[in-house]
Amino acid sequence: MSNNTVPSNKPVKSTDLHIGEAEPGCKKRDPILVADGVSRTFGGLKAVDVDHVEIPRGAITALIGPNGAGKTTLFNLLTGFDKPDTGSWTFEGRPLSGMPAFKVARMGQVRTFQLTKALGLLTVMDNMLLGAKGQAGENLFRAIFPFFWAKQEEANRVQALDILERFKLDTKKDDYAASLSGGQRKLLEMARALMSEPSLVMLDEPMAGVNPALTQSLLDHILNLKAEGMTVLFVEHDMHMVRHIADWVIVMAEGRVVAEGDPHEVMRNPAVIDAYLGQHHDEDLGEDPAAETERVEAIKELLD
Amino acid sequence: MIDWGAIFSNAAVELISPTTAAYALAALGLAIHFGYTGLLNFGQAGFMALGAYGFAISTLSFGFPVWGAVLVGVGASVVFALVLGIPTLRLRADYLAIVTIAAAEIVRLLFTTNTFQSITGSANGLSGYKGGFAGLNPIPEGRYGFGPFEYNEYDWWLRIVAWSIVALACLFTWQIMRSPWGRVIKGIREDEDAVRALGKNVYSYKMQSLILGGVFGTIAGMIFVLPRAVVPSNYQTSLTFFIYAILLLGGASTILGPVIGSMVFWVLLSFFSGFIARAVEAGWIPFITSIQAGQLRFILVGVAIMLIVIFRPQGIFGNKKELAFVK
Repeated sequence: MSNNTVPSNKPVKSTDLHIGEAEPGCKKRDPILVADGVSRTFGGLKAVDVDHVEIPRGAITALIGPNGAGKTTLFNLLTGFDKPDTGSWTFEGRPLSGMPAFKVARMGQVRTFQLTKALGLLTVMDNMLLGAKGQAGENLFRAIFPFFWAKQEEANRVQALDILERFKLDTKKDDYAASLSGGQRKLLEMARALMSEPSLVMLDEPMAGVNPALTQSLLDHILNLKAEGMTVLFVEHDMHMVRHIADWVIVMAEGRVVAEGDPHEVMRNPAVIDAYLGQHHDEDLGEDPAAETERVEAIKELLD
Repeated sequence: MIDWGAIFSNAAVELISPTTAAYALAALGLAIHFGYTGLLNFGQAGFMALGAYGFAISTLSFGFPVWGAVLVGVGASVVFALVLGIPTLRLRADYLAIVTIAAAEIVRLLFTTNTFQSITGSANGLSGYKGGFAGLNPIPEGRYGFGPFEYNEYDWWLRIVAWSIVALACLFTWQIMRSPWGRVIKGIREDEDAVRALGKNVYSYKMQSLILGGVFGTIAGMIFVLPRAVVPSNYQTSLTFFIYAILLLGGASTILGPVIGSMVFWVLLSFFSGFIARAVEAGWIPFITSIQAGQLRFILVGVAIMLIVIFRPQGIFGNKKELAFVK
């Protein structure tokens, strides 16, 4: 009877997301975001050089890769915080390239930052209210007359309190965001992003600097986003976490997408192992006797 | 013996003087820029100069009525804000500081140069533009008031108008800062990328803030020249720094801070100058001439402001809690 219920800590995985082989740039059944030929160079360094990538709708996609792989740069490009050298991409079928960040956010593609950006000297509640979309009172002329926006403000406040309760921050609503701990700020940033009722939530290293106790609750919140019908794309280093919650994994290295697939399979992909450990990780350099003697000779020479 | 009564009554006069009102309004504009939006505008003197000259030139050279002259000044400062903001508001905050300080100097030097003497009066400045404003005065001729606050009808009219404008500006600022607009503005001060990520057009909000605070500065510039003449040397960078001192004294992101800060600043300044001048006369400070004494008051005001900033860094009205988190 009860043995077929899913335990609460075992997330329901979305499967069958792709069409054909699970290879870099493979087609998805229902992509929410499609990017083509996106590249960005910093001086001589090609930080991002992605031929084609699709993000599946309604699933949790992890973007992983070693440091310097271009994950955050790709995030910045897709959200309008940086301008690409080449490339185009569409979100829900609408072209997004070249659009400023605030318009991207208004279309329902909301992001958080690797270094948390809680607005310190605003209260937690004000942080939340800032996330709400289409506020009449944000126009300078209407702002003068509260009857234009008082009702909407009240509705936003109710919604904010509801989200804060879920994130267990409701008791902190009148405190400055600066007084929150690092983990609570991460929660606040995610909660604030939800105020705009986005369709794609992009989290840049949501777990960085969060203690293990809070990690579990953050994971649950990310899973809840999916349960509510949102698409999640997140950058992460922690492989356990990626395996635990991600439905799909995209691996980047040196600016390119090197592998894609189901989290369990993608970890066994040689391209991924190479990206993380280097191409010669399985050759034991220490046991090559010729090289060994050569090195010993060289050291001796130096000592003389 | 020192005439303490005269010193105190001269100081008290500054409480409601139009100059105090002008500085309060200019500081309120700067509170919008610096205190609420985090824009480092070091060119408030330039905005004030545009108000003063816009008003005086359109009255003297073009014969505009008072409202027309006011509109010319406000229009000039909106254009000035756009010219400053379009290239710099996309850049980091420090660039705005550099550009505004330079732009304010350019404005002052343009008004000082001999080339436009027929219009600007060059270094001598302008006078004789007050007729229109005095003509609107409903107060019958005569002297009114009590104690140190006894003025003729023009002086009362000027004080009433000046402080009414300050009161309206305070109400207006208070209202917009507690609205969602003000929330976005304060968010930009904290972290503009975060606000951008929430779908707000940060550039447009910064521009609105720059224009609004600049217009406050411009109107302050008009109030400033109504009890005196327009003289270009009044609009040096030190004017901006005095206004910053007033703002920090009162509390940078407060409404009443700039007003009370301006009152404290001017009362202290008047008190010190009266005290020192009389102390020198009475032979209390033998090593100082009366010319040197005139400068000493700024040193004493500086010391007073330093003491306040050290022992009450959030200003008179600032929230102590905010300081606990200053990075």
